[in-house]
Amino acid sequence: MTRLLVRPEIGSLVGGFAIMVFFLAVAPSFRNLDNIGTILYQASTIGMMAVPIAMLMIGGEFDLSAGVLVTTAGLAAALLGWWFNLNVWAAVGLALLVTLAVGLVNGLLLVRTKLPSFLTTLSTFFVLQGMNLGLTRWVTGNVSTHQIADMQGSESARRVFASQFALQVAGHSITLRITLLFWLLLTMLGAWIMLRTRQGNWVLAVGGDEDAARASGVPVRRTKVALYLFVAFCAWLSGMHLLFGYGVVQSGEGIGKEFIYIIAAVIGGCLMNGGFGSVVGASVGALIYGMTQLGINYAGWNPDWFKTFLGVMLLASTLLNVWLKRKAEQR
Amino acid sequence: MKSHLVTTAIAVAALLLGTGCSATGGRAAAEKSASAGGCTSTTMTVTMITHSAPGDDFWDLVRKGAEDAAKKDCIALEYQASPEGAEQANLVNAAVDKKVDGIAVTLSKPEQMSSAVKSAVKAGIPVTAINGGVDVWQGLGVQGFFGQEDKVAGQKTGEKLKADGAKKVLCILHEQGNVGNESRCAGVKQVMPTTENLYVTGTDIADVQTKVTAKLQQDKQIDTVLGLKAAVALTAVKSVKEAGSSARIATFDTNAELVKAIQDGSVAFAVDQQPYLQGYLAVDALWLYKTNGNSIGGGTATLTGPAFVDKSNVDAIATYAAAGKR
Repeated sequence: MTRLLVRPEIGSLVGGFAIMVFFLAVAPSFRNLDNIGTILYQASTIGMMAVPIAMLMIGGEFDLSAGVLVTTAGLAAALLGWWFNLNVWAAVGLALLVTLAVGLVNGLLLVRTKLPSFLTTLSTFFVLQGMNLGLTRWVTGNVSTHQIADMQGSESARRVFASQFALQVAGHSITLRITLLFWLLLTMLGAWIMLRTRQGNWVLAVGGDEDAARASGVPVRRTKVALYLFVAFCAWLSGMHLLFGYGVVQSGEGIGKEFIYIIAAVIGGCLMNGGFGSVVGASVGALIYGMTQLGINYAGWNPDWFKTFLGVMLLASTLLNVWLKRKAEQR
Repeated sequence: MKSHLVTTAIAVAALLLGTGCSATGGRAAAEKSASAGGCTSTTMTVTMITHSAPGDDFWDLVRKGAEDAAKKDCIALEYQASPEGAEQANLVNAAVDKKVDGIAVTLSKPEQMSSAVKSAVKAGIPVTAINGGVDVWQGLGVQGFFGQEDKVAGQKTGEKLKADGAKKVLCILHEQGNVGNESRCAGVKQVMPTTENLYVTGTDIADVQTKVTAKLQQDKQIDTVLGLKAAVALTAVKSVKEAGSSARIATFDTNAELVKAIQDGSVAFAVDQQPYLQGYLAVDALWLYKTNGNSIGGGTATLTGPAFVDKSNVDAIATYAAAGKR
């Protein structure tokens, strides 16, 4: 029992279950089986980023540039592909390089300058925000990208990054999108790294006590840079989905998303000062966020109050997490 | 002694409540003026999904129009909004899941919205488009379009400014990355090639004021300042004073304060796209389609603007603006 309670995701699992029961009770269309696909899609787009952000937070760092980096990834593929008339897959590859480069810069800035990551990634956040707008306008003369749907390779890229299929369950048709698969794979990968590998222990050690970790031979710098690269990789995957799922990318988007990823991680049991948390918990946090956002919609409530509800929920889940942790430590 | 104090306090409170009420204004007046609905049951459920940021005054007018139409038609209306294209599209998906009887949606990000709108149409849910997407709505199987063409509105504004004798226009864009903002200024520039664009942060009044002031101080040639929303134009009034400039101010879109500014002459005119009407018509059209098979506009766009509000006609709409509907 104690071992179960000390798991960081337990609070979010309890909370997620409570939210689900709550909306099942108050929102009739929440009970409709057809809607599962929409809720899971909403959760998956957040969860795909909440996984690497949770790992980064367990490692004791933040990434405020993660939201706009998703937009940057989509823009990079669309702009480079259009400008150089590339096969779409080449553009997708270049976009991966661009995104990883930003992750590398984030990581190196942190370990070289020794400034808080809140500050270094805030700087990248602004730089990217400006570049997203500036470069898009420079290339297209407009604020959104050109269509690349008619270019070679675009059809297969759409199948890889943005396909969907309908599942027939008991006479209901549930539309599942490929982001759900990405999300599950990333969650499993992240959980496996954290629980089963030496590198996962490094992340925990680095987030818990950096100096102690260094003293016991953990490659602190390499671990942190790797975490930022993982964030960048997931941002690239999310960006590719947005590009091929919606045809174009608007250069001003993504701002504010970084907090949603952090919120999902915190609801999932990650502590703000590192060293504690879980990847599975963060994914449950993303599910809670998606359920709440659409649950309010399905219940037909005024969405003006969504943020208030979210704030109360954030506080409640954090208090529950802290309480469970303390309870478990007492025994 | 103590009980005396309590009695006195209660007496004073009762006196204040009894005689201290205002006979005018306040909540009482607002409630009185609101019409009592006569609905016994709802005829249909409509979801309106816009790309508005939370708390935007323009979209508040759209929403009011939609709510008034819903009240009149006994429609259960749900309002949803997200400035992120993908999220807005997913809100449409959610509305389709809920099997609502109608969807009114903005198509300002047409590419991002198209597949969700198509799936709504495929599911047999009538959809109306408002505000943005005048070029694309017909291809998506949408019932009607209610709004203005931003570029055309910009051109008409440019023509009016030219006729009024303007030489150099400063067009203030309050949202970087907003396609509508860009088209309006581009339309003005087509007629008046000297037009210059200035980007400000619309949500930060101090930023608007300082940037406009600085620009006016630097470039004395500017004789017209054009805002793309009312709040920006009202701030520009202060900037013009501060910079000691004699530039005239015009703007897109109105609100209650701006109507006053036109009355007192500090703003020359407003280009009105009638947001209340957009919300009202989009919802009413769905009702007419359901109950009578009508399609407003008969397959072509219904333009709600540009109408110009200047000193000659401002008094007529001032009373409605005070009620928060213009």
